[in-house]
Amino acid sequence: MRQDRLIFEHGRPGRRAAAQAPATAVQTGELPADMLRQQPPRLPEVSELQAVRHYTRLSQKNFSIDTQFYPLGSCTMKYNPRASNSLAMLPGFLQRHPWAPDGQSQGFLACVHELQGMLRDVTGLAAFSLTPMAGAQGEFAGVAMIRAYHRARGDGERTEILVPDAAHGTNPATAVMCGFSVRELPTDADGDVDMQALREALGPKTAGIMLTNPSTLGVFERRIREMADLVHEAGGLLYYDGANLNAILGKSRPGDMGFDVIHINLHKTFSTPHGGGGPGAGAIGAGERLQGFLPIPMAAREGSRYRWLTEDDRPQSIGRLSAFMGNAGVILRAYVYARMLGAEGMVRVAEFATLNANYLMSRLRAEGFQVWFPQRRASHEFIISLKRESRELGVGAMDFAKRLLDYGYHAPTAYFPLLVPECLLIEPTETETREELDGFIDAMVAIRQEARRDPELVQGAPHGLPVRRLDEVRAARDLDLCWAPDAAGAT
Amino acid sequence: MPFIPHTEDDIREMLAAIGVPDLDTLFDEIPAELRAGRLPPLPPALQEMDISRLMQERAARDQTGPCFIGAGAYQHHVPAAVWQLATRGEFYSAYTPYQAEASQGTLQLIYEYQSMMCGLMAMEVSNASLYDGASGLGEAMLMAVRANQKIRSGRILIADSLHPVYRQVAQTVVGNQGVTLESLPLDAASGVIDTDALPPIDDVVAVVIPQPNFFGRLEAVDRLTDWAHAAGALVIGVVNPLAMALLRPPGEWGERGADIACGDGQPLGVPLSSGGPYYGFLCCRRSMVRRMPGRIVGRTVDLDGNPGYTLTLQAREQHIRRSRATSNICTNQGLVVTASTIHMALLGAEGLRRVAARCHEQTRALVQTLCELPGVRPLHQGVCFHERALDLGQPAGPVLERLASRGVMGGYPLGQHDPAQANAVLVCATECITEADIRAYRDALADVLREAA
Ligand SMILES: Cc1ncc(COP(=O)(O)O)c(C=O)c1O
Repeated sequence: MRQDRLIFEHGRPGRRAAAQAPATAVQTGELPADMLRQQPPRLPEVSELQAVRHYTRLSQKNFSIDTQFYPLGSCTMKYNPRASNSLAMLPGFLQRHPWAPDGQSQGFLACVHELQGMLRDVTGLAAFSLTPMAGAQGEFAGVAMIRAYHRARGDGERTEILVPDAAHGTNPATAVMCGFSVRELPTDADGDVDMQALREALGPKTAGIMLTNPSTLGVFERRIREMADLVHEAGGLLYYDGANLNAILGKSRPGDMGFDVIHINLHKTFSTPHGGGGPGAGAIGAGERLQGFLPIPMAAREGSRYRWLTEDDRPQSIGRLSAFMGNAGVILRAYVYARMLGAEGMVRVAEFATLNANYLMSRLRAEGFQVWFPQRRASHEFIISLKRESRELGVGAMDFAKRLLDYGYHAPTAYFPLLVPECLLIEPTETETREELDGFIDAMVAIRQEARRDPELVQGAPHGLPVRRLDEVRAARDLDLCWAPDAAGAT
Repeated sequence: MPFIPHTEDDIREMLAAIGVPDLDTLFDEIPAELRAGRLPPLPPALQEMDISRLMQERAARDQTGPCFIGAGAYQHHVPAAVWQLATRGEFYSAYTPYQAEASQGTLQLIYEYQSMMCGLMAMEVSNASLYDGASGLGEAMLMAVRANQKIRSGRILIADSLHPVYRQVAQTVVGNQGVTLESLPLDAASGVIDTDALPPIDDVVAVVIPQPNFFGRLEAVDRLTDWAHAAGALVIGVVNPLAMALLRPPGEWGERGADIACGDGQPLGVPLSSGGPYYGFLCCRRSMVRRMPGRIVGRTVDLDGNPGYTLTLQAREQHIRRSRATSNICTNQGLVVTASTIHMALLGAEGLRRVAARCHEQTRALVQTLCELPGVRPLHQGVCFHERALDLGQPAGPVLERLASRGVMGGYPLGQHDPAQANAVLVCATECITEADIRAYRDALADVLREAA
């Protein structure tokens, strides 16, 4: 396989990309010597071409939506329109300083304000703030708002947040960051929250519940209204984790289900890129009871002028989550996408994401794979379990996942949710063609045949990628987190 | 249908394969009363050509050109290669590198990023990024609380010369976890912490020291670090990473160096972009790495013994540890880190040092030129990096508004954080500012001050 040296190892002392810094080195006579750095930092010393070639080559070692089908459950890896990128990077937006006066920011503020309104209408909440910088920060804002609400009512006894056992890890982690303890709720055989357990858990300590709908099990929580009533009767509030909004966009509204506060991952449902790990945006919406607590700043319109609402306008706010106003460039990309879809386009997202998921599920079932909830409709995603293949052939979910890479498909999410043994969570999204789905099904069938004939082939996969399976135990034990010239010589 | 490829035949055949008559039936598990009827009127769909025209109009309405505002975000030259490479589809549209074999490009790049940040900060370990500098400071504080096992008071002392918005954001992040933020007072005349008048401290988890500070001034970081360490407190340095190409980095402060370094990576290749996305960097001692929030990449070997890269120490993170994780962070600011890594590779140590030095010199020239005007004078004595507070002799807010209407983004009004500073403005000049820009600023300011007088 092709090994790429580190950028540092391409360098030679004194080499530079000379066009990129001031041509002459200026003196800094005023700065006292004891303030100055003595040893220059160890950074690469490469030419512009060397850097361009190195990072181009590195990019070619990635799978991505632009190059592969990427059915990663819970992540909504759909096409990221290129128009969103080029329009968010227009010079006027890129050069605008975040502290520029409102008068010099009307174009940007108009986009923020309109997106706030579109998200409000499509989810059925009362108001939106776009400042959270990812889903988890949206969760943080929402749960902090629930806490602020109870406090404002002088209700300090509510110390617990309920979370289904299938929930994403950020949910319990968020509850703890907001000073709550977590109480887990079991799931029933159909994939819904166990109502009896919910009734037993609710009480004077309940601050609220965090739910995803459709859940991370890929099915719609059918008794959501009943749950909302129970939680509200107990004095708690409902938080909606909008990671799965793609499944119901425009078809069903979290506000109508009884949720008090929600976040939306704009980097999922609104097609902004994942960028190899981020950035995202976790827009947060609230109903009447909680809207005063939304994080600042928010955009407001007064006549034909837009302005930022800050502390003075919103005294109950939980405060600021970022130095400025969140991930502005992500918000602009989502705005462009939303305007290109319009109302009808938003409903179609849910329809075709659901069509693709149910088609894939039906066909995989027909090919003999075990669909985990065969009695249920798929939402925009679904779960299969490779328990049988694991037991009979010694080839489990991880092996299928790795072998799929050799077939040119990114692996579905494996081993999440933790409840289902040997599971793959598969989310095709609405932007994939039927041919692509058929190709994926063929690959799954072919891998199972390989597993019968030659299990070691699958257990040892991938074979055709830049590296084979990595020694993760060694990575965590002999920590190598930072390049050093001598160490590099040794290996 | 925008971005949806299905033909009529596809739809018919796929529905038949599922065994349902129409698309609507796929939603039959959603109770009827929860099926949205007509949505409130959303705007109609736009073709790419139409949205392009709209966005161009809007972008053109907003501020462009020379910018004398800093206060946490700085206009710098970004090489063309940086964002052309970062927005290659293979970086742009990839997910978090959980499938290591299919993500070696991103993983190696993050390893290089970590190495560059460790070099720039003179620290041992870096993570793969947090959301931004301000929220990252909140995470750094929570990390200090976990790491300082001798002091359990939850008290954190913050130099009053820290950016006030950083303090507000950190308060939001840590406020529900029994952490209290206390003030280390500032010397008003000099705009820095007076190290001859340091209060006795006891039972403090950590001290937060900015460098340069909010006013652009340089703190006596050595004495502050040693003073904090002597009391058993950890030191969190909040720094401008560009400045660290020129100034002594956190790992070299005092006898033992700072314990944690954090800040905003924006000055390293990230356009102002109306406020984000930027990224928060976080570095620490190796002994503290298991207390760190966020993703970390390690180098290891594959089945054949060849080197490769993978996410490591994941047992700290929410997807493994759930309610006992070091943080709830999942998605970070990966693409911005990609750009920043390429930026640092292109500039190198010498390039970054030249940029930092040029910013310092341009700010000196700006301050000197503006202070030629009657009534304008520096608020503080002593050296600055690339920002300085000026007293305009009259309320700064209206002056800045009038400057803006003449196309000059004149600075950041300090009165919004301290009413006593209503006449003060924080100005900044980076390497992008020319002598002509400085003269234009002076002429505009002269007019505005004269009109007001
Ligand atoms: C169900 C669910 N909730 C929350 C999150 C967290 O979102 P983010 O990664 O943007 O913080 C995710 C994303 O991975 C998710 O899938």
